[in-house]
Amino acid sequence: MAKAVKNKKADKGTSSGAVMVLGGGIAGVQSALDLTELGYYVYLVEKSPAIGGVMAQLDKTFPTNDCAL
Amino acid sequence: MRPRFIDADKCTACGLCTTYCPRHLQDTFNEGLNLTRPIHIDYPQAVPATYYIDPAACLHVTEDTCQICVPVCRSHAINFNQKPKVKKIAVGAVVLAPGFGKVPDSTLAKYSYGVHADVLTSLEFERLLNPSGPYQGNVLCLSDQRHPKSLAFIQCVGSRDLGCGNGYCSSVCCMYAIKEAMVAKEHDPELDIIIFYMDMRTQGKDFDAARKRAEEQFGIKFVRAKVAGVTPWGAKGLRLTYSTMDGRHRFDPFDMVVLSVGLDAPKDARKISKLLDVELNKFDFCRTDPFHPLNSSQPGIYVAGAFQGPCDIPESVTQSSAAAGIAAGLLKKQRGKGYVVKSYPAEHDITGEDIRIGVFTCHCGINIGGVVDVPRVDKYTDGMENVVYHSESMYSCSQDAQEMLKKTIKEHNLNRVVIAACSPRTHEPLFQETLKDAGLNRSLFEMVNIRDQCSWVHANEPEAATEKSMDLIRMAVAKANRIQPLAEQTVPVTDKALVLGGGVAGLTAALTLAEQGFHCTLVEKEAELGGNLLVIKQTIEGVGTAATLKKLISRVKSSALIEVITKAELITINGFVGNFSSVLKVQEGKKTAEHTIDHGVIILATGGREHKPAQVLGQELVKSKQIITQQELETRLFGKAKKRAPSSVVMVQCAGSRGDDLNYCSKVCCNHAVKNALHIKEINPESQVFVLYRDLRTYGYAEEKYQQAREKGVVFIPYEVDNKPRITKKGQKVEISFHDPLLQEDVVMQPEVIALSVGIVPQGTEALSKLLKVPVTEHKFFMEAHVKLRPVEMPVAGVYVCGLAHSPKPLNETIVQAQAAAAKAAMPLVKGSVSVEPIVSHVDQEACIGCGLCASLCPYQAIQIIKVDKKRKAETIVASCKACGICASHCPTFAISMGGFTNEQIIAQIEAFGNSIEE
Repeated sequence: MAKAVKNKKADKGTSSGAVMVLGGGIAGVQSALDLTELGYYVYLVEKSPAIGGVMAQLDKTFPTNDCAL
Repeated sequence: MRPRFIDADKCTACGLCTTYCPRHLQDTFNEGLNLTRPIHIDYPQAVPATYYIDPAACLHVTEDTCQICVPVCRSHAINFNQKPKVKKIAVGAVVLAPGFGKVPDSTLAKYSYGVHADVLTSLEFERLLNPSGPYQGNVLCLSDQRHPKSLAFIQCVGSRDLGCGNGYCSSVCCMYAIKEAMVAKEHDPELDIIIFYMDMRTQGKDFDAARKRAEEQFGIKFVRAKVAGVTPWGAKGLRLTYSTMDGRHRFDPFDMVVLSVGLDAPKDARKISKLLDVELNKFDFCRTDPFHPLNSSQPGIYVAGAFQGPCDIPESVTQSSAAAGIAAGLLKKQRGKGYVVKSYPAEHDITGEDIRIGVFTCHCGINIGGVVDVPRVDKYTDGMENVVYHSESMYSCSQDAQEMLKKTIKEHNLNRVVIAACSPRTHEPLFQETLKDAGLNRSLFEMVNIRDQCSWVHANEPEAATEKSMDLIRMAVAKANRIQPLAEQTVPVTDKALVLGGGVAGLTAALTLAEQGFHCTLVEKEAELGGNLLVIKQTIEGVGTAATLKKLISRVKSSALIEVITKAELITINGFVGNFSSVLKVQEGKKTAEHTIDHGVIILATGGREHKPAQVLGQELVKSKQIITQQELETRLFGKAKKRAPSSVVMVQCAGSRGDDLNYCSKVCCNHAVKNALHIKEINPESQVFVLYRDLRTYGYAEEKYQQAREKGVVFIPYEVDNKPRITKKGQKVEISFHDPLLQEDVVMQPEVIALSVGIVPQGTEALSKLLKVPVTEHKFFMEAHVKLRPVEMPVAGVYVCGLAHSPKPLNETIVQAQAAAAKAAMPLVKGSVSVEPIVSHVDQEACIGCGLCASLCPYQAIQIIKVDKKRKAETIVASCKACGICASHCPTFAISMGGFTNEQIIAQIEAFGNSIEE
């Protein structure tokens, strides 16, 4: 089983209106953020101790050399 | 849920535990390039910002000894009694975003990876280059820490490689190799870098420009070659063996070699597939179809990011928003039900009260307290103007410290709070929340960053760090004496969308919005819906488009929530996010009528079309019936001549794009050529098809089709930009001559058809950019708010973009982008209001002279010029303002002030700083 980073917007209130996002890299984090903005409770599930995935390991990003973090 | 053996609520991420932990461990975050300890945090900005214990390496977990960290931790956060927990959750939808896996080491063996320390994977090199990595960003050989003089990148390691079963292109390696090469050059300009490649696939928006920059400004060399292997050479070096286009083998020595490894399917792909019963494709990525790129084989389970197929960050972000949008459509009846809205006590009115300031200085364990003399700083605040309370705390962000803060605010009737601690970027919201809980307006708060700005940067000068802390706090108190409560504002939203463009992007966007329950108006300038998909007959996968398009159009037309207006175009638009009012000019029979529509958001899906070049291959376009475009060829192959394909075809890529007539790569032409070539071979296997190209950019799974085309006998011949093919007319016939690098000869052909890949141009973006005041790129495509993180939003709030109007892209990417734009556009509609940060700008209309400088400089179109008593005055559109302060800093009459950053407050801070110098 993986570590669950719980969303702040609600406590234990589970309903079938909740969504599970599997993976806490840039894709998972973006999905989770957008789902909360759209009005859904999200379980963001990540197996490592921190979210961010591979993008957190990058220094700069192509092509603008913006900071990845 | 696995235990982290550290209580996340108590851990303050001070880092003391790591310094005491006796055991070493390879740092996986740095790709194993250096060592860390079993108790650690991957990087300082990690979320959650809590340390964790690696159970496989911790002496207590494995050997039941040690526990040195337990008494060391001052906030008693370490808890070895934590046990793994199983949690059951009920969900209505799932988004799969497990990312990608690593190419197996066995594939890397022929490049001496694992044998020679100076052969690195690209991700290892990424960490090496990183200032927070093992060598603080210095480019050093791992073998002996010398500066390498020469470095080679090898592309397509583990991609486009049937040997390891990865017959696809990973779509990201060309870009990151260029980026890493440029960053390496920035760190070490003396370094010679060569990138060995088969095709440079920089097909994304403005990506070619970066490649050019790498070559021209950074002096990075690009060599088209196939690398056979890397072997250790001499005492320390490496020898790279490669063959170039002319078939010759060469050897070159290098100090360091970076392998541009591809994206493999995630390690857990099969486990996920089994657990959730979703199908995988033959490469173990999630199986989807081109018309529903994010739907897995299981209803209610969607996929986003690299598991959908290898893709870059903007594509991942777009897919993620899109997946959220589709899931939101599925669950629309449950929307808002899982939410718990937090309530706050009524705000305490401070009008007429004396100013009572409390100053709290934080030790942050030893993070601040180890350098800055916190007790001295705390004492220094005693007797400052209106400071009625001051104290120090070990961890002012901890849960009990928040309770303490609330109690102190009430006990001492504080009405301004100054906290000297860490960064407001991470902690200001927390403290403001506590203020709200204590009944204070959150703007009555001032934060001083004595960690980053004092203890961190002046770690070796404790006295100077302490004095600087005192300076900063004195300035903050001066400002706190002048801060006022700021109202929380919201602006209501008209819950309806306007979608411009009735092609596949507009249709998909409208439908995605309707499925979430929102009304929208879809506007198309032609009489018929469908756009480019009316002429594109099949996808590169060989799936026909007609049935899907028909179904899509009928779903849009039958939706009760979508109003379709054809033969119409936008002529004016007024307003701002949540409150737009647009006028459409509609052709009704022979007359035109004007319709006004009120809407909260707008999606730009106005599309693009095949370019009509005047210049092709650096020469005037030769006019002949034998010379057609790829689109015309496709139409012909599906038209009357369905059963008869031309006996010989020469296709010319970039005949218009990439510096010819258009200065960019049109992304879809290589796929289009391969698709048409395969189709010709299917109709007539005897037909001769040649494709002349610069870089064949069949990225992603399209690589397989490229492979298939070669197997079927389609001949692909590269040409150089300084030696382009020439088309001439010989009587009634056309002739094409080009240089064949393999034969090392010039070749002349008289094919039945010459098919030109002419590229894609946007339509009508310039006029719309003026109407909506949104920017376009130099190539006239709409320019998004942020290339990586906000790929479908425009800088103007409430305006979104998708499809070819954003950039050239294939069908599946267009569909995803339209779904993403609809998801983003739904956000203000879901909320029903736009909330405004209290720090937005405010114009004092008495002082305003109506010069309009602010309105012209505002990057968000958040200032409008209005008439007040017949005089021009500026006014902030609070719903659009991002509080950047450009307007206030340029106003010639100081008429504009920023909430929480008024001139008076800033001047008071500066004066307070100067007071110490006088002493």
